[in-house]
Amino acid sequence: MDSDEDIMYDDDYDDSGNESSGDDDVEFAMVEEPNNPKERQELDEYPYEVLTTEQILQHMNECMKEVNIVVEMPSTVIRMLLNHFRWDKEKLMERYYDGDPEKLFTEAHVASPFAKTAVPAKVAKKDQRRACPNFEECEICLSTLPSSVMSGLECGHRFCVSCWAEYLTTKIMSEGIGQTISCAAHNCEILIDDATVMKLVPDAKVRLKYQHLITNSFVECNRLLRWCPSPDCSSVIRVQHVESRPVTCRCGHTFCFACGNNWHEPVRCTLLRKWIKKCDDDSETSNWIAANTKECPKCKATIEKDGGCNHMVCKNSHCKTEFCWVCLGPWEPHGTSWYNCNRYDEDEARAARDAQERSRAALQRYLFYCNRYMNHMQSLRLEHKHYATVKEKMEEMQQHNMSWIEVQFLKKAVDILCQCRQTLMYTYVFAYYLKKNNQSVIFEDNQRDLETATEKLSEYLERDITQENLVDIKQKVQDKYRYCDSRRRVLAEHVYEGYDKEWWEYND
Amino acid sequence: MAATRRLHKELEDIKKSGLKSFRDIQVDEQNILTWHGLIVPENAPYNKGAFRIEINFPAEYPFKPPKIAFKTKIYHPNIDEKGQVCLPIISAENWKPATKTDQVIQALVALVNDPEPEHPLRADLAEEYSKDKKKFMKNAEEFTKKNSEKRPSD
Repeated sequence: MDSDEDIMYDDDYDDSGNESSGDDDVEFAMVEEPNNPKERQELDEYPYEVLTTEQILQHMNECMKEVNIVVEMPSTVIRMLLNHFRWDKEKLMERYYDGDPEKLFTEAHVASPFAKTAVPAKVAKKDQRRACPNFEECEICLSTLPSSVMSGLECGHRFCVSCWAEYLTTKIMSEGIGQTISCAAHNCEILIDDATVMKLVPDAKVRLKYQHLITNSFVECNRLLRWCPSPDCSSVIRVQHVESRPVTCRCGHTFCFACGNNWHEPVRCTLLRKWIKKCDDDSETSNWIAANTKECPKCKATIEKDGGCNHMVCKNSHCKTEFCWVCLGPWEPHGTSWYNCNRYDEDEARAARDAQERSRAALQRYLFYCNRYMNHMQSLRLEHKHYATVKEKMEEMQQHNMSWIEVQFLKKAVDILCQCRQTLMYTYVFAYYLKKNNQSVIFEDNQRDLETATEKLSEYLERDITQENLVDIKQKVQDKYRYCDSRRRVLAEHVYEGYDKEWWEYND
Repeated sequence: MAATRRLHKELEDIKKSGLKSFRDIQVDEQNILTWHGLIVPENAPYNKGAFRIEINFPAEYPFKPPKIAFKTKIYHPNIDEKGQVCLPIISAENWKPATKTDQVIQALVALVNDPEPEHPLRADLAEEYSKDKKKFMKNAEEFTKKNSEKRPSD
């Protein structure tokens, strides 16, 4: 692995990734579609670094400190305000100095840190129900308890500590809510700060999950950060600009930074997403998914409706789009005046019928590409097993008077073989969506060449290597893998050139 | 169990307060988690009848919200054919443990009395309600007379 070379530590780097002032959309347009293939080939480096959870926390604290230096508020308040602005500190400061900070606190549902003499309204009102001045009634468990076990926020609503613990635990553990837990009182929207949560939750496991949820929202709101998607890995990759590029985590997993899937050259993230969804559609589960879920119209997260209300709010913390379940349109027009989203659309219905007729042919076509895609995926899995046998072979050869450096070609050959399989796999995704034209014919030729070369290389690696044929085999394997590698590059560059020159036309 | 204790107290308080719009509360002593009751609306067209509802409290109550279902059929934009109702106060996001059942019932009664066609569960009824109120009132009244329960005499 050469991941150490890829990891660059750039001290001058100061883009927090959260500034969204103005030209954000422009930047985003470039995100998934690197539109300069020349630059891509020549500047083959994509600087990024791998951060641990502790480093992320530190990064987050630095972000809060920067704000704190300017506005001088408790860090718990700053954290809640930053979360309200999705960790965009410029926006927060702008709003803070723009006018009325009190209005800002209300809007963010944060108890104002400047209102020092908060009146415990509820307590005063409940006076007559209190048996003794040192006792209060907890509105949750309806027990009368000594004031010493009651606790609350600046809003004045007080509950017993065991009800608080239960409430917070439920929110954290079963609803997965961290940053946005509000006071337990009816209609009170004041958010609970992290220091209070940590104080009121007795269980260390729950506290840990809470901290994880807080970091999560920080990472998810920051487009320059992404969790490593491999299971049980809690590292975060930080980049300097978002691009569809391969990044390798400390755990060894390589994935596309822009979409989080396995590295998928030459196909683009959008097409891959479409393909994965389509492939999933084949399973039994997918019938259920199709019948019971829809995608968030903005972030594409799959959503299951679990209540009667058609007013949907995407739970994705960086999305939060409000939309109508029935028409998937924005919710706004539904809420203000009567808006018809159930009108039967004649054209759409006809299109649906035609689509059904075409689906039979489409299915055939899909199966053709899917078979090949799956086949390469399967081969890739098998080639990975090659590493073990190759290692044995290399050890054996070293015992036969060959130096370590002389046998490295075998490992290199398997590396390239796996890369080629992976690229081939994704070329079928690309090909499936591609409309036929002159360039697509060239692409298919490239694909065929790479496929033939890859099969030959694979075949050579399965041959027995003996003392006699060693030199010959080494030469041939080296020739083969160099050829494979060059074919893979040719194919990828042709595809990228096509993106640049807009050769590719797609089927839907 | 915290739920049992609180529910007994709430039930007692509700019965004592003698709500006109929610009565005939029946709770099985073996299972305090399920309540039955009769919604008695004041506004037309629902004032021609009464509607039986079921309230189900989860074991985690009051940390998780209760669920409400209509057992009597009702011609209402916010209540569907299965008796499901969209009531923000008891949605998972809005639920607060300090919210009392009588507040939930009051919100429900308010919704029955004054439909909210902006947040419909039955789009067809919401459209009728917004575009042809007269027709809606007529249909709803007929439906109520035919399907609903008898109103208590007092």
